[in-house]
Amino acid sequence: MENQNETAAATLCYHCGEPLEQIKFTYNGHDFCCTGCKSVYKILSENNLCNYYTYNHSPGKRAEQHSHFEYLDEPAIISQLLDYQHEKASIVTFYIPAIHCSSCIWLLEHLYKIHPAIFSSRIDFLKRQVTISFRHEEVSLRKLVEILNEIGYAPLISLQDVVKENSHSVNKQLIQKIAVAGFLMGNVMLFSFPEYFGLAGFEKQFQQLFSWLNLTFCIPAAFYCGKDYFVSAITSLKHKQINLDTPLALIIAMLFLRTAYDILSGTGPGFADTLTGLVFLLLMGKWIKQRTYHHISFDRDYRSYFPIAVTKLIAGKEKPTAIADIAIGDRLWIRNGEIVPADAILMKGDAWMDMSFVTGEAEPVHKVLGEIIYAGGRQTAEAIELEVIKPVSQSYLTGLWNNENYQTDLKKQNFNDRVAKYFSLGVFVLAFSAAIYWLLQHENSKAWAAFTAVVIVACPCVLSLSTPFTLSAILSIFDKKGFYVKNTDAVEALAACDTVIFDKTGTLTSTENASLIFEGQLDYHEQRLIASLVRNSSHPLSRHILKYLRCDEFMPVSHYAERIGKGISGQVNRQQVYLGSSAMMPDNINIPISNGVHIVIDNQYKGRFQTEQQWRGGLNQLIQKLAKKFQMHVLSGDTDREYSTLKNMFPPDTKINFRQSPHQKLDYVLQQQKAKHKVMMLGDGLNDAGALKQSDFGVAITDNINNFTPGCDAILTGNSLNLMPNFVALSRDGLKVVKISFAIAIAYNCIGLYFAVQGTLYPLIAAVLMPISTITIISFTSIATHFFARKNKL
Amino acid sequence: MNILYFLVGCSVLMALVFLAAFFWASKTGQHDDVYTPAMRILFDDEPKSDDNHISNQPTS
Repeated sequence: MENQNETAAATLCYHCGEPLEQIKFTYNGHDFCCTGCKSVYKILSENNLCNYYTYNHSPGKRAEQHSHFEYLDEPAIISQLLDYQHEKASIVTFYIPAIHCSSCIWLLEHLYKIHPAIFSSRIDFLKRQVTISFRHEEVSLRKLVEILNEIGYAPLISLQDVVKENSHSVNKQLIQKIAVAGFLMGNVMLFSFPEYFGLAGFEKQFQQLFSWLNLTFCIPAAFYCGKDYFVSAITSLKHKQINLDTPLALIIAMLFLRTAYDILSGTGPGFADTLTGLVFLLLMGKWIKQRTYHHISFDRDYRSYFPIAVTKLIAGKEKPTAIADIAIGDRLWIRNGEIVPADAILMKGDAWMDMSFVTGEAEPVHKVLGEIIYAGGRQTAEAIELEVIKPVSQSYLTGLWNNENYQTDLKKQNFNDRVAKYFSLGVFVLAFSAAIYWLLQHENSKAWAAFTAVVIVACPCVLSLSTPFTLSAILSIFDKKGFYVKNTDAVEALAACDTVIFDKTGTLTSTENASLIFEGQLDYHEQRLIASLVRNSSHPLSRHILKYLRCDEFMPVSHYAERIGKGISGQVNRQQVYLGSSAMMPDNINIPISNGVHIVIDNQYKGRFQTEQQWRGGLNQLIQKLAKKFQMHVLSGDTDREYSTLKNMFPPDTKINFRQSPHQKLDYVLQQQKAKHKVMMLGDGLNDAGALKQSDFGVAITDNINNFTPGCDAILTGNSLNLMPNFVALSRDGLKVVKISFAIAIAYNCIGLYFAVQGTLYPLIAAVLMPISTITIISFTSIATHFFARKNKL
Repeated sequence: MNILYFLVGCSVLMALVFLAAFFWASKTGQHDDVYTPAMRILFDDEPKSDDNHISNQPTS
C-alpha cells in the first residue's frame, strides 16, 4: 500500500493529481504540473497550511486564475453581496464550485492563517458555500476574493445570486410540521391504547380524560399540520379541478368531525389516532418528495451565466459597473475571456467571439467594426470596446426567457392527480349509497357512521406515499449514475416521452476532449522549437499542443512573451518563433485569416493547429437503442459540415436541421408538441435554454456538474449519456410499480370498506389497517424499484 | 390511582419540552447543514502549530 502511494506521488501533480508531463515544476521536493499549482502550494507552505495535503492525496483542482476583481471595490456591488455588516465586521457567503473534499473544508476554515483580519470561515459542504466573517477595515472584499482566487478557490459571483436564492427554503416549515405531527401521533397513540385493550370498571374515570386529551391533540393535527391540504384543495376546486389533495383534505376534515362528534356526544373513542397517524405519514411523504440536491440548481437562467459587473468606459476611464445599471449608449470594455452582457455594436478592437453557448457554433466568429454582437458571446482575443444598443433584460438571448409559451407547466398533471378525480368520485358514490341504504332502513346513527367510515377508510394516503417513495428511490439510483433529476414529477414526465431532440455542439460532441489536427509540415527540430516555447504557457491550448508533440528534449527560451487571447512568441535556439492567432503574427507574413493556432518560425509560415470536436463515446449504440422507442431529431446551431457523419449515425428517418437559432429551436419543440408528441430535449448551452424549458423533459448535458447549465428538468454528466435508454426504461418501470402499489392499496381498502358500509368500523380496525397497508406498500415499492434497477443494469 | 392524572400531565409536559427543544434547534439553524460537522470533527489538531485555538473556532 505504501509503495503504491509512493509511485502515485511520483507521477502525479502534488497539488491537483493530474499526470505529469515530461516537464514538471519542482518546489520543496514536490512535483507540479503547472505554475498555477506550484504557486498555490507556495502560498500554503508559506502560511504553514500544508496539512491541506495530508488529509487527501492531491486535493487541489487545476483552476483558471481570474484576474479582474475591480468591481468588488464598488460600494453598490459590495452591499449587494454582503450578508451582514456592522461597524467593524462583515459577513459574506460565497458559492465556491471547487469545494469537493475534506481538505477543502480544512483549508477554507483556516483562512485566518493567511490573513489575520479574517476571523472565522465556515463551510457548508453540500451547498459548496463558505461563510466568511472579516474585519472590512483591514481586508477589503476584493482582497478577500483575491486570496480565495490565489489558493484555487475562486467564488462564483454571477448576476443570479445562487447563495441568496438557496437560503430561503420552504423545507423548514415542513420539518416543523412533521415534528408537531410526530409529537401528536405519539401522545394520541399512548392515550388510545387503554381503550383498545379494554378498561376495567374503576379505570373508566380516565377514559373521559383520555378522550378529551385526544380531541385537543386533533385540533393542531388537522388545522396546523394539515393546513396545506385544505389550502391546496380549495385552490384546486376554485380552478374546477380535483388534485390528490382534495380527497385528502376531505378525509382529514371527516376524521376530525367524526372524532369530535364521538367524543362530544360520548358515543365512542373517535378516530384520533388514525387522524394524527395519517397527517404524520402524509407529511413524511411530502418531505421525501421535496428532497432536493443542495449543490445543483435546476432553475438557472442567463443571469447565472452573466457576471455581476462589467467594465464601463466613462470618458476613456475604466469603471466597474453593475450589470443592472447598464443603459443604452454606454461604452463597455470587454477583456479576453469576458462575456458580453448586452447586445452591442463593436466600436474598437479585434473581436473573435466564442458564440458556442449562444448559437451553438463551435468556431469563434470574427466580427468587424460596426457589427452587432449579441449578449452571451465570449471574447477570445484582446480587449474590445462596445456600445450598448439594448438593455440587458431585452437582449436577443434573454428574450428566450420572456417567451409566453411557458404557461403550460400548470397543466402538467401527474398520475396521482388524474387518479384522484376518479377516486374521489368513487368514494363519494359509495359513501352516499351506504348512507342512503341505512337511512332507508331507518337507522340514522348507522347511516352517519357508515358515511364517515367509508370516507375515512378509503383514504388515498397510500397513493400519496407510494409515488414519492418509488420515484425518490429511482432518483437516488439515477444520481449514483450521474443523472440528476429535478423532482419526482420529472421522472413521470421522462417516462411519458416519445420524441428525442438532440442538440449537436456540446451534446453529441464533447467540448472537453477536443482533439488537435495539424495542417502543414513540421520536422523534428521544429517540433522541439515549438514544444520548448509552449511549455512556458499555461493556456489550455498550449498544453494540448505540448501533449500532441510528445517531445522530451527542450531548448532554452529567451524573450518569451505571452499576449492574452492572441498567442505566444519567443526566441528558441536563436530562432524567432510565433504561435497564436493570425492577429499575433508579424505583419510582413501572408497568413490566411482563419481560426486555429498558426505557427511562424523565422518568418516562415509553417501551418496551423486546429481543434476538432470529438463525438462522445458510445453514440452509435445509444442511437440504435433509442431508435427502437423514440422518434429522433437533431437541431444544430452550427454549419452543416458534419451532415454526412450525422446522417450515417442516425436512422434514415431522422430529421437533421442546421443553423438553428435559439428561437427556431424553441419553435421546433412547440411544433412537435402541437403534433401531440411528448418531447425530451437534450442540450447544453444557453442556445438550447428555450427549447429545454419548453420541452416536456429537458436534459442539460455537462462534463462538469459545477459548470453553468441552463434551466432544465435534469442534468446529465457527459459520460453517462449512453445510459439514457436504461434511465428511460427504469422510469417507465417505476410508474408500473406505482400502479401495482395502487392496486394493493385498493385491496386493503376493500377490507376496510367491508366493515365501513355496514357501519361497524371500530376505530381499532382503522388504526391497524392503515399502518399495515403503509408498511406493505413501502416495502413493496423499495424492493420492486431495486429489482427493476438491476433488471435495467443501473 | 389519582396519581395517574399527575403522571399524564408530566408525560405531556415532557413531550412538549422535547418538541420545544426541536423547534429551538431548527430555528437556530442546527439542521441546516448536517453533513459538514461530521467531516470537521475528523481533523486532527496540528502537532507542529504554535497557536492553540485552531479547532475551537467560535461561530460568529
